[in-house]
This record gives sequence, C-alpha cells and structure tokens, in this order.
Amino acid sequence: MSSSDIYREVILDYYRNPRNFGKLEPHDIDATDSNPLCGDEVEIQVKVSADRKIEEIRFLGKGCAISQASASMLTELAKGRPLEWVKELSKQDILKMLGTSDLGPARTKCALLSMKVLKTGVYGYLGAELDESLEP
Amino acid sequence: MKSQSLDLEQVRKDFPILKRRVHGKRLVYLDNAATSQKPRSVIRSMVDFYSRHNANPHRGVHQLSIEATEAFDDSRKKVMSFINASAFEEIVFTRNATESLNLVKYAWAGHHIKRGDLLVLTIMEHHSNMVPWQLLAKEVGARIEYVGITPDGLLRYDQFEALMDQSPALVAFTQCSNLLGTINDAQRLCASARRAGAVTVVDAAQSVPHMRVDVQSLGCDFLAFSGHKMLGPTGIGVLYGRKDIMKRMEPFESGGDMIKSVHLSGAQWNDLPYKFEAGTQNVEGAVGLAAAIDYLNAIGMGNVRRHEQELTAYALEEMRRVPGLTVYGPRRASHRGGVVSFNLGDIHPHDLASILDEEGVAIRSGQHCAQPLTESLGLSATTRASFYVYNGRDDVDALISALSKARRIFHL
Repeated sequence: MSSSDIYREVILDYYRNPRNFGKLEPHDIDATDSNPLCGDEVEIQVKVSADRKIEEIRFLGKGCAISQASASMLTELAKGRPLEWVKELSKQDILKMLGTSDLGPARTKCALLSMKVLKTGVYGYLGAELDESLEP
Repeated sequence: MKSQSLDLEQVRKDFPILKRRVHGKRLVYLDNAATSQKPRSVIRSMVDFYSRHNANPHRGVHQLSIEATEAFDDSRKKVMSFINASAFEEIVFTRNATESLNLVKYAWAGHHIKRGDLLVLTIMEHHSNMVPWQLLAKEVGARIEYVGITPDGLLRYDQFEALMDQSPALVAFTQCSNLLGTINDAQRLCASARRAGAVTVVDAAQSVPHMRVDVQSLGCDFLAFSGHKMLGPTGIGVLYGRKDIMKRMEPFESGGDMIKSVHLSGAQWNDLPYKFEAGTQNVEGAVGLAAAIDYLNAIGMGNVRRHEQELTAYALEEMRRVPGLTVYGPRRASHRGGVVSFNLGDIHPHDLASILDEEGVAIRSGQHCAQPLTESLGLSATTRASFYVYNGRDDVDALISALSKARRIFHL
C-alpha cells in the first residue's frame, strides 16, 4: 500500500477537520492511551444510554493523520451502537473503515490506538477484563 | 600526512548495507543518531574473532583464552587512546551509554548524593541521562534543576553559571543534543562545575562518534558513549571514569571476574577496570568497537567533523527553501552536530516518515527519547535527519525531493 493510497482525501479531511472532537460532559466512560513509540495520544469519552448503547461519543488527541483520522472515524462508526458491538470490533474492521487492507506493522499501531482506547473504556465500564483480541 | 578530506565514494564501498534497495529505491540512511551502519572491517573483525580466537578472557591459561584476553585488552587500549584517557583502568566496557550512566548512578551517586543535594541537568538531555538522576533524586531526597535553552537552541550558560553558585553535588549534561544537534561547550561546563565542587557526567553518545573528544582536556569525571553509534556493534558501550574517583567507588554488578578473592565471609573487589565488569564480557563487541575506531582514525576525526558540518550546512540551506518547513536548533552548522530536526506544515512526523520511507529515505520521527525538550519547544514530535561519514549531498537531495512528494500528498 503506497502513501497516496492511505493518505486519501477522506483521511486528510478527518485529520484536519476531525468530527466529534472535544470533551463530553457528562460522560460515563473516559479512557486514554498513548503509543510511546510515536507519542500518539487518544482520549475517548462516552455517554451510555439506559439500554447500554453509545449515546454520545467524543475524542481528544494528538498524533499522526492515521491515528487521529482513525479515532474520528471510529466515533462516527460507534455512535448509536450497543456496547457489545465494541467487544466484537477487530483490526480488520478498523482497516476497512480506513479503506486499506494493510498498513505495515509500524503504522497499524497508529490505526488501532483508538480501538484500544474504546475497548479499554467499555471493558472497564462493563467490569470485564480486557481480552487478548485487541492486540494487533 | 592524513588527507584533508573524506573520500565519499571509497567510504561508501566499505559499507555493504548501502548497496541494499528499500522499496525499490537506493537506501538513503539518515538515521545515524539512532544507530550507524557498519563497515566491512568491523563485520570482519567479529567474524574473525569467532572464527579464530574465541574463548573466555581472563580465565584460562590455554592459547585461545590468552588470545581472547589480548583482543579484549587491545580494544580497551584503543578506546583509551581514542578519547585520550590517561590510564587503561579508566575505561570500563558496558552494554551502551545508558548502562554507563546507570553505573555512575548506582556505583557512585547512590553512595555519595545525600538528601537536599542539588543535581544540575539540562532540558536537552536524552532520557538516559535524565531518568536515572530523577530516580536517584526520588530515592535519596535530592533536588534537580534543569538548565534551559535559548530560542536558538543553545544552552543557557548564564543559567548554568547561576546554578553553580548553589554548589551542586553533580552536574550531568550532553555534549551534543540528539534532537537539536546543539554542541555544548563541555570544557567550559566541566570547568565551572569543578570549581563549584560538583562531579561531572558527560553524555557523549552523540559526540564521540562525530568529533575529536579528549577527556583530559574536557576535564570531566565521567563520560559515556555507545559503540553502535560509531560504526561498531550493538551491545558494547564505554564508561570513562577518572581513576582517583573510580578507585573509591563500590562495584556496580557483582559476580564473577569483578572479584579478587571470595570467601564465605565476603569478597575483595578486583582492580580497575575489572571491578565494574562482572561476568563474561562482550569480547566480540569490544573487538568490533576497536575495528570501528581504526576505521574512524583512518579517516581522521577532524575530517569526519568537517564532512558532517559541510553536509549539515548544505542540508540547512536546502531545507530552508522548502515551503512550510521549520528547522529546530542552532542556525549555524558550526554550533551543531550532523543532526537536523524539523517539521513540515501540519504533516505529523510519523506520516512524513512513512512517505519518506517509500522513497528509501530512512529518518527518525517522534520524540527521540527527549520528551521534555520536545515539549519545551511546544511540540509533540519532530522528524530528524542525521548524518555520518557515508552520507553525501545526493542523500540530502533525495530527502528534499521526498519532502516535495510529501507536500504534494498532503496538498501543502
């Protein structure tokens, strides 16, 4: 996959004009993680509805286009979904969302950071242990 | 009489990896501040050691053990004369500069730094010359003051001198910043620190590979560097320590080879430098490092420095012409090592590194193990190109052309 393929118009647009960027008050879930290699950071806040769905979701972060566009696109994808949906989320889902099939090991971490954060938050909320499946 | 310049074509022939192609492109290796490539002579020296001389040094009376001991000792002598140490005992082999600095922390500072003592560092330190001192300060209740930088990326000598009035117990600083490239006047800093009664620790990981470093004229107490950044193998590093201070130090790690005698009631430490070298040592690493020193000496450290300074000046000039590109650190190449950190528009360094990689250009992106400095510049990351003896103007040109491609992709 070449640069011009991953850095498509849509990715650059989400990077420069991120949707659902900012703080969410009040919220039920608040999770943060960073990628020490890159310094990418993502924080996700979620308001959970009575029927255990993602009612509102926002993110804050800084980092590369892939990590930030991925976080923004994930918030759009996740809004309105049941928390259980987050548990099923996979690396393939994220790559598909970004419109790519392979990013190489170094950049896949960037793409998956927001999924890791969302899962950490949701699992924490559900009181369950973070399962192995989110490891790329 | 040594030539006054470096024969780039000849040098490049000595590095087998430079023939490699990356993503179908010529390899343009500009990540030398992270690690350097190895000339054939270094690779051969290690193959030769394993093929002909391998044994455990200092332990046997058989022929191979004698040869291994000689090879290890010869390597130490080479390091000693390379940095102009005054005695064989002052050169300790470690794994890398990080371990050398930790050795000073545990074996000297841990026994001498007391509650309330002042440690002076600079904000341009690599984490390896910052975290050990932060840990120590926490352990014993010492305090740390950091010397800042000017807008030009030079050390605030005025701040440094003012701190010396507070009689610090230890002063630790880098001779060359791995992020800004800033070369600090180590001689001046050591002299001030010594007058103030402080012990000095110099992180020379980015200086020893690139310029003449003379520990006696610097007047430092400790100096640390790594083999792998100076054409040598990974896993071998050096701690220089002044003999009179090292003599009085307690051991670092303990076990075999660092003792003179062991009884059930206790042990007596071995002589310097072996007191600090517990267990079987990385002999092939020391042999490889010695071959690297031979290689650098054949070029001449003056020529190495001149070549890199010229190339850095050329890079700074070319990069200034790239619209949207910001270079950090000293404006003049004479104030910096062969390190140029920059950002291009709103392109994150990791995205930039990916695009450059596709063009065969290897650079580093991120915080370069200098997070406090990155943050003090108001940044979250930078992209860094760093040069060595095998880099030429064509490499800078390849970088500039790859930067143009990145500008196109990001519509800058």
